[in-house]
Amino acid sequence: MSVGRVLWASGPVLRARTTGSFQMREAVYVGSQSLLGEVVSINGEEIVAQVYEDATGLRPGEEIRGSGAPLGIRVGPGLLGNIFDGLLRPLSGCRPQYVEPGAGGGAACRFDFTPLVKRGEALGGGAVFGRVTPAQGRAQDCLVPPHVAGEVVDIADAGNHGEDAIVCRIRSAGGAVQEVAMGHFWPVRVPRPAAERLPSDEPLVTGQRILDCLFPVVLGGKAAIPGGFGTGKTVLLEALAKSCNADVIVYLGCGERGNEMAGVLEEFPKLTDPRTGRPLMERTVIIANTSNMPVAAREASIYSAVTVAEYFRDQGLHVALMADSTSRWAEALREVSGRLGELPGEGGYPAYLSSRLADFYERAARVRTLNGRTGSVTLLSSISPPSGDFSEPVTSHSKRYVRCFWALDIKRAQARFYPAIHPLQSYSEDAGELADWWVKAFGSVPAGAVAGRPANEWLELRRGFLTLLDEQVRLERMARIVGKDALPPRQQLALFCAEIVNEAFLRQSAFSDVDWYASPRRQAAMMRLIGRFIALAEQALAQGAPLERIAALGFLRPLQRMGEEIGEDRLGEFDVLAQRMEREFRGLSTEAGDVR
Amino acid sequence: MYARVTVQHAAARIEGPLLFLKRTLEVGLNEAVEVRGADGRARLGRIAALDEERVTVEVLESTTGLALPDVTARFFGEPLKFALGPGLLGRVFNGVGQVIDGGPPLAAHREPRIEGLPVNPVARETPRDFIETGVTAIDLMNSLVRGQKLPIFSGGGLPHDRMAVEIAAHARLRGARPEDFAIVFAGIGLPHERAEYFRRSLETSGGLERAALFLNLASDSSSQRLLTPRYALTAAEHLAFTEGKHVLVIITDMTNYCEALREVAGAKGEIPGRKGYPGYLYSDLATIYERAGCLRGARGTLTQLPILSMPSDDIGHPIPDLSGYITEGQIVLSRELERGGVYPPVNVLASLSRLMKNGTGRGYTHPDHPALASQLFAAYARAVQTRLLASVVGEEGLSESDRAYLAFGTEFERKLLCQDGPRAFEESMEAGWGVLRRLPQAELTRLSDAQIAGHVGVAP
Repeated sequence: MSVGRVLWASGPVLRARTTGSFQMREAVYVGSQSLLGEVVSINGEEIVAQVYEDATGLRPGEEIRGSGAPLGIRVGPGLLGNIFDGLLRPLSGCRPQYVEPGAGGGAACRFDFTPLVKRGEALGGGAVFGRVTPAQGRAQDCLVPPHVAGEVVDIADAGNHGEDAIVCRIRSAGGAVQEVAMGHFWPVRVPRPAAERLPSDEPLVTGQRILDCLFPVVLGGKAAIPGGFGTGKTVLLEALAKSCNADVIVYLGCGERGNEMAGVLEEFPKLTDPRTGRPLMERTVIIANTSNMPVAAREASIYSAVTVAEYFRDQGLHVALMADSTSRWAEALREVSGRLGELPGEGGYPAYLSSRLADFYERAARVRTLNGRTGSVTLLSSISPPSGDFSEPVTSHSKRYVRCFWALDIKRAQARFYPAIHPLQSYSEDAGELADWWVKAFGSVPAGAVAGRPANEWLELRRGFLTLLDEQVRLERMARIVGKDALPPRQQLALFCAEIVNEAFLRQSAFSDVDWYASPRRQAAMMRLIGRFIALAEQALAQGAPLERIAALGFLRPLQRMGEEIGEDRLGEFDVLAQRMEREFRGLSTEAGDVR
Repeated sequence: MYARVTVQHAAARIEGPLLFLKRTLEVGLNEAVEVRGADGRARLGRIAALDEERVTVEVLESTTGLALPDVTARFFGEPLKFALGPGLLGRVFNGVGQVIDGGPPLAAHREPRIEGLPVNPVARETPRDFIETGVTAIDLMNSLVRGQKLPIFSGGGLPHDRMAVEIAAHARLRGARPEDFAIVFAGIGLPHERAEYFRRSLETSGGLERAALFLNLASDSSSQRLLTPRYALTAAEHLAFTEGKHVLVIITDMTNYCEALREVAGAKGEIPGRKGYPGYLYSDLATIYERAGCLRGARGTLTQLPILSMPSDDIGHPIPDLSGYITEGQIVLSRELERGGVYPPVNVLASLSRLMKNGTGRGYTHPDHPALASQLFAAYARAVQTRLLASVVGEEGLSESDRAYLAFGTEFERKLLCQDGPRAFEESMEAGWGVLRRLPQAELTRLSDAQIAGHVGVAP
């Protein structure tokens, strides 16, 4: 193992003279406290390393030891339901109240292991060789590390084993025998291999109407959520972590608030997954590097998180990675780059910011795994642009790599209109792929009184809503000049309908007991109801009913409160409401007819 | 740890606040140093960088008057620490933790590092309990919760000092003994008369016995400003987590802190970021703000109410912008309301308390509180929008319901925001229902029928 001596130290960066060879990006241990670091440049006998921990007390002459491997993490069955720091060291269990420097892992967990292969069987990289059932939580598969393949020479019997115990030996074609434990090591900066990337035609159902209906993201897709402070990025990400239909959630708190992490930790074990009825924590891995934890580890945390996500993907699961926020990661990159004396580029960020962002976003995919299953990693990352200005480097570069852009709007947030996603600044390039999926979702809802539906109702309604919201902005600008009453009745009605779309459909409280999650069926029912309302209102207006009469119809209040009042278990009530709407409009038209 | 060692004749270079010494003994990064010149005055410093031959010391005070041959440096062998013990309350300290009220020094029971250590997120308890500040705009609309960090974004000439003093005097926890509550006040770069105002106001309101004051005056060196909040927070942590009190830390003015950070970073020759502030301003502010919270197993809590003045009232300026990203919301003061005679002039729409949901509603304040606040926000937002419309087309061009909103907006500012003295929470709730009666009931879409029937009038 190579060693060196520290020559110079400043903040999280040090230079050392070495005897023996170090690799680029090799993990190193520094000084008597064994602080974890990573080699970032090599010049002859001199190396530069960044230290992932508080280096107080470090002095020249101290030893620096190479680990012989790139900075990596151990992925295995102990991940689900736990919380880790940016370098995937457990924070729960034996760690004290304060995070003190010095590399230390947690106690190794033990699991009930069941072998799924026999001696003599041939296994490829990424193959499943066993299954573990933890005391609580879901069963997981044990994977052969991707670069190991060959014949099983030895496999442990069913029983309780430590996470790091050798449970399988594999002889490769060359004759070398590799030892395999339930978990294995993987370098964080290297994407885990898959057999092939697959196109995706299924949405990540988020349970948020504005996302699923207007700006959907596919499984294996990538979305950026930019927003100034106070626009609800974190609340939205937490809501998605609770309600989306992924099998596994990796929640990365990157440079964010400690209290938020504490909130997640307290809330998730109590909440149940709306689909499986199991505690939400069982499908969640939390990686926390709060804003006051060492900055260099913040830079590494995003890679740890995506590696963990890929590990679950390789088991054939659908994984959603919530990264909150990539701006803090980019700032850590900038800070370390500054300490290394690199030339600053745009906004002080290093010139390689864009390519690093690309590396990260490209790890989102729906794939056929090495063992032939289908899995996906969906990336949802929030961005915190300085003063909410979307032209800054992190937002503008991210925009080039993501397919969904969910822009949060401070004006909506200030009116406590959540989720504060701006319908005109946001977009989704995935909507076209999902049209067929929604046909099925709409098909499962009884059409009730509504007749004559178009072939693709969802696409039609979506287009209708977006056009209406676009028109609203134009008309409001005009109303500001000429006054609302001076607009022709048809345009006044458009404003009124846009308001209904906003209030009754797009607004959805993450803290409501009823409305925090909307299933696709419920979304379809609401969407159809509002679409029908717009059609009926336009018809009534054309037949001569004044807008004031339409706005005074009795069903409007229950329509506006339907998200709050009609829960998942009472979907039939949408039909009742639809019938009441039809009835009241019919009354209106007979009245208008009488007048005529 | 080894004894404190003094080194003479080792200085090789002085550049701004940086002092370069020949390395004659084993010292570590970030350890504390005391530097004396011919004048014999002790200046605190910190080891910023090290190599085999040289030690770079960042002197936290002015290096004026230092000459190479006279420099003596005393190495502490450990980072800066604050000797703390009982009897902290009622005392006045300067910005670096020295007693300046003429009394005896503190008895040292523990010596924690002033930098503090990052709290393990697992050890944090979610902040839960409501703190009544007596300000309706905060209690009802943007509630403060124990363990939260909620800054006041203000501007020159706005009454943030008066608010701070009134909150310090009135703030109370429901269901806790008054002696469990303590206030730590940190003044950073305060003009002399302002420091006196705080000290006197706390004395007259009887609050001084439950407060510890840390005063860094405008005339003190700017590098000392960087230490003041750290000494104050170390004391606050001691009160909260060792003595088990609920501590409210009021820090004013964080803008002076950031200015000092910019000045020191510039002197060190660091690459400036936005508006000349160093790129690590966010991380640095986080090491201060993140020290608020509740710890599992500790009786006390630490709540922060930092005050910062937004340069030229610009909320997009790096200081309020980065603070807003770290803190759990913000209370924004408005010059327009202040001119209109509204006190406290809180712009409720721009203000936010992220932890409000944790400490309000059933079991904390009142079951209908969240719905009431949500309805007030929606209606006031609409009123402000309508006001804009009315300023263009005139009130005659408005519809019936828009005119109702205009009247509601005025009443909201006059009857709800405006207050002569502190209000109990129940009074704030009543004021909230009162102004809602101005609106047609069909507009109250965020209230349930039961809530309308119970508080506003008959259900539709």
